[in-house]
Amino acid sequence: MNKTIAEDGVDIATSRVGQALVVTVMDSRIDAAVAIEFKEAVRTEAESPGNPVILDLSNVTFLDSSGLGAVVAVMKLLGAERRLELSGLTPPVAKVFRLTRMDSVFTIHSELPGALRATG
Amino acid sequence: MSGRAVSMSDSSVGAPSRPRTAAGHDRGDAGNPRPLFDRGFLAADKTTRAVLADLVADLSRAGLTPDDLSNAELVLAEVLNNIAEHAYSKAPGPVELRVELQRAGLGCTISDQGRSLPAGVVPDPELPLIAPPDHLPEGGFGWHIIRCLTTDLRYAKDGDWNRLSLRIPWAD
Repeated sequence: MNKTIAEDGVDIATSRVGQALVVTVMDSRIDAAVAIEFKEAVRTEAESPGNPVILDLSNVTFLDSSGLGAVVAVMKLLGAERRLELSGLTPPVAKVFRLTRMDSVFTIHSELPGALRATG
Repeated sequence: MSGRAVSMSDSSVGAPSRPRTAAGHDRGDAGNPRPLFDRGFLAADKTTRAVLADLVADLSRAGLTPDDLSNAELVLAEVLNNIAEHAYSKAPGPVELRVELQRAGLGCTISDQGRSLPAGVVPDPELPLIAPPDHLPEGGFGWHIIRCLTTDLRYAKDGDWNRLSLRIPWAD
């Protein structure tokens, strides 16, 4: 009982739309407890083709500096040829990017265009 | 509501090593501010999550706005993460988190018995250099975030305890 999300890894859904690979985080938190699992989960999912990779954070309502570090790590993992873009930042998550000036590093979409929305 | 530690009559031990800065240090709030949250626990990632969830529920019940809630959750997550990762890097140890409602914001005291802060002062690091593609920092943001969202940040050693106190001003 009392299963935590972290024990099950991080729940992520992907969809391929046009050239882009959309990676939707289904969990509401990316924090110190799951930062490493998050990085690994996105790395695995990003083995699917697609460029750019759009990280859909619209379900995420809490991100701390460890979570931010994991997002940056994912960007580095993708290498120079594949861009990581962000979408759907909720206000608490946008604040972390703003306070750390990391909002200057990423292309940030306010939301996924309807056609890009991951279903399932 | 059992009487908390402050009964002077009993504690006639007079341990001189323990500086007592008790009452009178609560600037801005006359009388006894009632703690909204007062919890002792062992530092660890998963515990931090659970404690923050309870804290947010209590603060939300107290009528805080979403902005104030998210500031409090973020600041205290960063503080508790630091304690788990640095103060108690070898083995988990006790933490006490106390949050009280003040006129100017949330007054928070976070205590632990782990390694002291370097040089005994609250860190004030520069934001790490961000210059992609060569300089993309994955860490070093914690204290910067804490400092952005707090005032009255203080650190003191109280016997074996590290005590960090801070105020999270209302977002308005």
